[in-house]
Amino acid sequence: MSGKLDDYLRLNETAINLRAQRQQLLASNIANADTPNYKARDIDFSKSLQSALDRSTPSATALTKTNPAHLDANTNVDGGNGSDGATILYRSPIQPSADGNTVDMDVERNQFADNALHYEAGLTMITSQIKDMLSVLQS
Amino acid sequence: MSLFNIFNVAGSAMTAQSQRLNATASNIANADSATSPNGQVYRAKQVVFSAVPMGDPESDGVVVQQVVEDSSPPKLMYDPSNPMADEKGYVAMPNVNVVEQMTDMISASRNYQTNVDTMNAAKSMLLKTLTIGQ
Repeated sequence: MSGKLDDYLRLNETAINLRAQRQQLLASNIANADTPNYKARDIDFSKSLQSALDRSTPSATALTKTNPAHLDANTNVDGGNGSDGATILYRSPIQPSADGNTVDMDVERNQFADNALHYEAGLTMITSQIKDMLSVLQS
Repeated sequence: MSLFNIFNVAGSAMTAQSQRLNATASNIANADSATSPNGQVYRAKQVVFSAVPMGDPESDGVVVQQVVEDSSPPKLMYDPSNPMADEKGYVAMPNVNVVEQMTDMISASRNYQTNVDTMNAAKSMLLKTLTIGQ
């Protein structure tokens, strides 16, 4: 039963985690808006969500690890990964600035607000899922 | 919880921007100071920002790497009655460009405000997270 509950909540849980990570990336971009040579970073949300979901469902190729330094069979080892395995990409600048900084404040603020809204939407969804499950359990 | 790191990131940016604002304030205040504590003419100060990793791969904070002095030559003002004047009657005045300093000041204060907004957004997201299941 608990495995089924995990499966039931997994999509929204993974999405919320990724949204939180993306919010952190966008906050770093905004914080470094005046740092010379800073390159704005972001993740491709739908791709990252898909790969995080693929990873969290145990696959037939899962390896037994006898040492913490061992890698998973499906780990992406090309570097530049976030703490949840999401591939961090660099934003292509629309209006490059003379100091090599690629933070575009309009884009960052826009994405920041959008991401915060999606995060809160995810929380609302997961709350209603929990409520649904509670009403099933109580009926 | 990764959202807590936003407070560190935005906080570091606010500290860095307030240092920049401080440098701008000294520059504007000393735009007419013919001497400084080291006996030389005052030179415009400028902070150099640098990104610094904060814990996990997603977070980059800001830190003031160094404070540099503008090396451009001082402005010369003709005032033979000034005790600081050289034998030709010129007084070396600071190389502070007030227009440049004002734009720097606006940029620093706007960036500071944006980081306050970032922090408030992270706070409301965390508060909302606490209501899961209620």
